[in-house]
Amino acid sequence: MEPTATTAAPGVRRMPAWLAGLLPLGVLAVAIVAFVLLDAPGLERSGVPVEDVAVERTELHPGEIELQLRNVGPDTVTIAQAIVNDAFVPFETDDPELGRLEASTVDIPFPWIEGEAYEVALLTATGGAIAAPIEVAAETPGADVGFYGLMALIGLYVGIIPVAIGMLWLPWIRRIDPRWIRFLLALTVGLLAFLGIDALLEGTEIAATGAEAFGGAGLVWLGALVAYLALAGIDSGMRARERRARAAGAGGFTLALLVAVGIGLHNLGEGLAIGSAYAVGSLALGASLIVGFALHNTTEGLAIVAPVAERAPPLRRLALLGLVAGAPAIVGAWIGASAFNAGLAAFLFGLGAGAIAQVVVQIAPSLRDTAGRLFNPLAVGGLLTGLALMYATGLLISV
Amino acid sequence: MKKISRRKLLTGGSLAAAVPMVHALVPHRGVHDALGAEPGHAATGHAHPRSFHVGAVGSVDPRVNGFDPHAILRDFDRGTVRREGGRTVREWEIVAEDKEIEVAPGVKYAAWTYNGRVPGPTLRATEGELLRIRFVNGSEHPHTMHFHGIHTAEHDGVPGIGPGDIQPGGSTVYEFEAEPFGIHLYHCHSTPLADHIAKGLYGMFIVDPAEGRPEADELVLVQNGFDTNFDRSNEIYAVNTVAFAYMERPIRVKRDELVRIYLLNILEFDLVNSFHIHANFFNRFPTGTSREPTELTDTIVQGQGQRDILELRFPYTGKYMFHAHVSEFAELGWMGFFEVVD
Repeated sequence: MEPTATTAAPGVRRMPAWLAGLLPLGVLAVAIVAFVLLDAPGLERSGVPVEDVAVERTELHPGEIELQLRNVGPDTVTIAQAIVNDAFVPFETDDPELGRLEASTVDIPFPWIEGEAYEVALLTATGGAIAAPIEVAAETPGADVGFYGLMALIGLYVGIIPVAIGMLWLPWIRRIDPRWIRFLLALTVGLLAFLGIDALLEGTEIAATGAEAFGGAGLVWLGALVAYLALAGIDSGMRARERRARAAGAGGFTLALLVAVGIGLHNLGEGLAIGSAYAVGSLALGASLIVGFALHNTTEGLAIVAPVAERAPPLRRLALLGLVAGAPAIVGAWIGASAFNAGLAAFLFGLGAGAIAQVVVQIAPSLRDTAGRLFNPLAVGGLLTGLALMYATGLLISV
Repeated sequence: MKKISRRKLLTGGSLAAAVPMVHALVPHRGVHDALGAEPGHAATGHAHPRSFHVGAVGSVDPRVNGFDPHAILRDFDRGTVRREGGRTVREWEIVAEDKEIEVAPGVKYAAWTYNGRVPGPTLRATEGELLRIRFVNGSEHPHTMHFHGIHTAEHDGVPGIGPGDIQPGGSTVYEFEAEPFGIHLYHCHSTPLADHIAKGLYGMFIVDPAEGRPEADELVLVQNGFDTNFDRSNEIYAVNTVAFAYMERPIRVKRDELVRIYLLNILEFDLVNSFHIHANFFNRFPTGTSREPTELTDTIVQGQGQRDILELRFPYTGKYMFHAHVSEFAELGWMGFFEVVD
């Protein structure tokens, strides 16, 4: 017998469980109604309407500028006029009146010129201006098969090939002193830490350009948390399986896979950035930049193979690791090219950062020396070398 | 050089102001050609399939505003006239009123007005008359009326002197003699001054010479602008308040008839305004205080508060543009047409 049953007083009918569950909701509803009926202060918004419209995407087609808008403010916004370079211009829109979170497209026929900058703005019915500057005008590529092929090619060059090249260090790693493996693992952590910080900063920066209503910079941290928790769950699951298979498994492959997943998520964000830059027609990539990317990402390959140095996995598995780390760059490029959105980008950068944080936590115990010290000279040397390496190769693609 | 990270560089469309610089610095023509990635470089060139005209979309309904730029053109308010002790006295009542007006199609502006219109009524008197303006403040803010002309300090309509600021619900009477003859203006002089003027508290004030001027088709053109988003620069420019009003409906004038334009610049936030007429020249009478024109030209520049009388005849029929020769002002609303008919 349930102990609670005996506590009910005789003669008092017990409340059904569903009603007990709904009771607090009912009380809350009554309280809210009372609050409204009593004309509580702050309920009625007054003053000038708050207009906050995000320009989610700008596309340029011959003789046309297309803006995709989303109203992320609390009030309805009506688009009244369009201005390009201090001139009222004609425009067409499917819906000039945008309710909260509603999206709309504005088409402006305008004879824009390749390579020039434009100040585009929309005037709302209250006279507010929504700015949509174009830094370098270039035609938005049509999203056809050829374009997706091109994105795949760039993803291949920026993602998969450098990682694969980096993995060629495996035979060398296998021959060096085990103490140096520890150094290389520390180096890996350094590389990852750099990438993680980079992803957080970039994500926050991109989030600032998007709609605050969707979470803004909070999306980056949310993404990081989601990735960290998901990977921690997957990791413990994989470890359990590995334990069952091999009682004394060092988990080298699991660790390498986690590193690859972390880097893969990071490359997803990178691909997203590349694709979106292409989509808005502002990709300022020279051949030197692609080379810079490739060099930069080569170190990621090294990070993947370091954990599996002791027991080299079959080639098939190595290829899998390479794909897991590199291929997301292609996927990211596709997403970015077809559906770039600052909020999505921020979230994906967050995912990358969270994944990296989880991997760093995983690798950290391997850095301990025989005395159990985490920050031993070799490990610290590796960490700093990793950071320095990333910084140095980063310079190749920074101006 | 400003450091930009790699992703910032890549997402230049939304983030990096430095991208054009980088784009120019990095040799990459080969990349574009090889990848065919930016077809604009090679394929589209500068072909523009659609025709393109500057102008606002839609139109402003004068019934909503309660005033029509076309009516303002030839609307002279001569007040009521009476004789007092052998002297002509001219009287007006002007009410300040807060009123939302439509300054471009679909764009509303919370204006401050004299008699419910922007610009306020064009007051017209003859030199030597005694002018009496009863000012009633029906606005929610203190205002004044400050007249250009020659008068005592008491009636200058500035805060702290004479009646000073007229509080909401209050009223006062400004009284002075109409002198000198010419084209003047009146405006609110409460502080902050720029706001009180920019919001619409201004109008034209014409003093005719006693012997009059030759018969003509007389037009009032008040050059103004509106800072709709409060960033201390104008989003909309116009003559007589409504952007492109005379593009949509040209100003009709008769061929060979003398046209006299009373032109006033009351623009805030920009140092100068200008007036240019197509296919014609005009005689310019600065401030209208001389009966001799100073020049024959087709373009003049006016500073803030400056005004001129322009006289011309159109020898040919047809539609002729007139606009600010500051192209920015023109394309943000300050342009129109004269339609010359027989």
